[in-house]
Amino acid sequence: MTRKATLTRAQFEDRLFGVLRWFVIAFLAVITVAPFYYMVLLSVKPIDALLLDPGSLWVSAKDFTLSTYRDVLKSTDDGGQGFVKFLLNSALVSLGTVILTLLAAVPGAYAVSRLKFFGHRQVSALFLAVYLFPATLLAVPLFVIFAKLGLSSSLVGLAIVYVAQTVPVAIYMLKNYLVTIPASIEEAAAIDGAGRLQTVRKVILPLALPSLMATGLYVFMIAWNEFLFALLFLAADPEKWTVSLGLAQLSNGVEVPKTILMAGSVVLTIPVVLLFFAAERMLTEGLTSGADKS
Amino acid sequence: MTTAPVGAPKRRHTSPGSADRSADRRRRPMTASRRANRAGLAFVSPTFVVVLVVVILPILWTVLLAFQHAKLVDIQGMGLVGNWSLDNFTQVFDSAGFWSSLGTTLLYTAGATLGSVALGLVAALALRKPFRGRGLLRAAMLLPYVAPVVAVAFVWEVALSPQYGVVNDWGHRLFGWDNPIAFLSTREYQVNLLGAHFDIPLALLTVIAFECWRYFPFAFLFILARLQAVPAGLEEAAMVDGATLTQRFRHILLPQLMPVIALLCVLRFIMTFNKFDDVYLLTGGGAGTNVAAVRVYDFLTARYDVGAAAAQALVLAASLMILLGFYFKFFGNKVQEES
Repeated sequence: MTRKATLTRAQFEDRLFGVLRWFVIAFLAVITVAPFYYMVLLSVKPIDALLLDPGSLWVSAKDFTLSTYRDVLKSTDDGGQGFVKFLLNSALVSLGTVILTLLAAVPGAYAVSRLKFFGHRQVSALFLAVYLFPATLLAVPLFVIFAKLGLSSSLVGLAIVYVAQTVPVAIYMLKNYLVTIPASIEEAAAIDGAGRLQTVRKVILPLALPSLMATGLYVFMIAWNEFLFALLFLAADPEKWTVSLGLAQLSNGVEVPKTILMAGSVVLTIPVVLLFFAAERMLTEGLTSGADKS
Repeated sequence: MTTAPVGAPKRRHTSPGSADRSADRRRRPMTASRRANRAGLAFVSPTFVVVLVVVILPILWTVLLAFQHAKLVDIQGMGLVGNWSLDNFTQVFDSAGFWSSLGTTLLYTAGATLGSVALGLVAALALRKPFRGRGLLRAAMLLPYVAPVVAVAFVWEVALSPQYGVVNDWGHRLFGWDNPIAFLSTREYQVNLLGAHFDIPLALLTVIAFECWRYFPFAFLFILARLQAVPAGLEEAAMVDGATLTQRFRHILLPQLMPVIALLCVLRFIMTFNKFDDVYLLTGGGAGTNVAAVRVYDFLTARYDVGAAAAQALVLAASLMILLGFYFKFFGNKVQEES
């Protein structure tokens, strides 16, 4: 009796959740893809088509246009929105951040992962504790310091702030990878007469290349997507705007048609999405497999 | 005498490990641990200096600024120490705006944290078993998390717009909404349900929904990874014993997932509590969404009141620490036991 009851309950649940599962999957697919489809859709429409039929879920052949992209990319002198300039600013800041962050993070990550120096536990905890402090807490003093130093509207200053934001996570990521490289590889290098620096440069860094790339790409994403500090430091100077800031500032006004700004959103989104999928593949590839056969 | 034989082989044991010749040439070779100590300090110092200069010193300065009358205009001539006072803090605690914004922040943080973790859990359970197109969907599901916040916030803003938004248009077509709903600028939205009137904080709920949407992939990734590490034998054994799907979830999967869920809740709580971009971009802090981070920004840029902004940021950080302290005091042990 009871056995039969549980069996039917089990069957009932299996069926119910078997169906529900597909609803959940469909729901997830819709909520994740739809906003991006909508973004691309609006970016290839003229504004009149949007205002005429806001609910339309496709673009008719006669409405299809790429002039939105031309408008958003053209420099302000030619009557566009100057996104090429913004893209360049964003790329400079992000690449600068990646280079500086890796330079600062690699020695630290190596030390934390390999060397038992005095206080190595405290140091790694300290690096992570940085995340307990909100960006707003940092924003106040940095805003003041930069105003004082006259760095308040410079891309260099912004890159420095981004380095502060990304160094802890970069150390964390690199450290997690470095501990997986067997110590015996390093010992072998030491027996062959390599010094510590030489070992790091010639043995550890090449082995850690996938992790370096992945960390670099992640840092690039953070810097490219960042908004608060760009707004604080650069808002006054449209020449220095990053893409994120440019889009946010222009979307506050009413002068620029929304479809043109949608083209700007697509331009802003594509680089990070491409890089992300590149990084995902890189993260899964291990280079050390087979390097240490003991 | 008796200690010498113990000490000697030990030293011999440690030194060949990574001995290099330069050290051997010296008269008194350093032990490997001493060399590691020196190298470690040398390697870590550049990183440490960067963190010290751009993170720790600024934070310490915030603490100083919070106790001073500091406006941006007179900060140029100010030294590090000015006239100390608690005025900023009395001002912060006395203003009604601060308390209501702290309340909003807590609602927003709790809602977004629970929502995103719950949605991530549901997503991980749904995508646990393979099906055609799973890899594609998993990749697509990370889009909200990796896409720039400015771009996605703009898309939401346009889609929810009462004039030209797709949501209101379809709401009108499908559900017969008479008036377009201004999702992002309605503080209280009146709902009539079964003859009863409710006021729901619509703008705040919309912002929470945005936050859930943007961060559920983060929870999803963590939970799915943990889910795939659960030994299959456990569930099979329970199945043989006649446990149903919900029972297996409740008594086998959930206890296994609890540690990662707790960790995610803490992480998301910290991140959301300090969140600025999302709310600022969607509503600008209006319509009942004035979270504390946006308030600090307003003090800094609209009033140039550096002292008050610093004091608020400090109180905010302190409240976060207190909340986390409570959490670890009351739930920290429990989570450890369950893991």
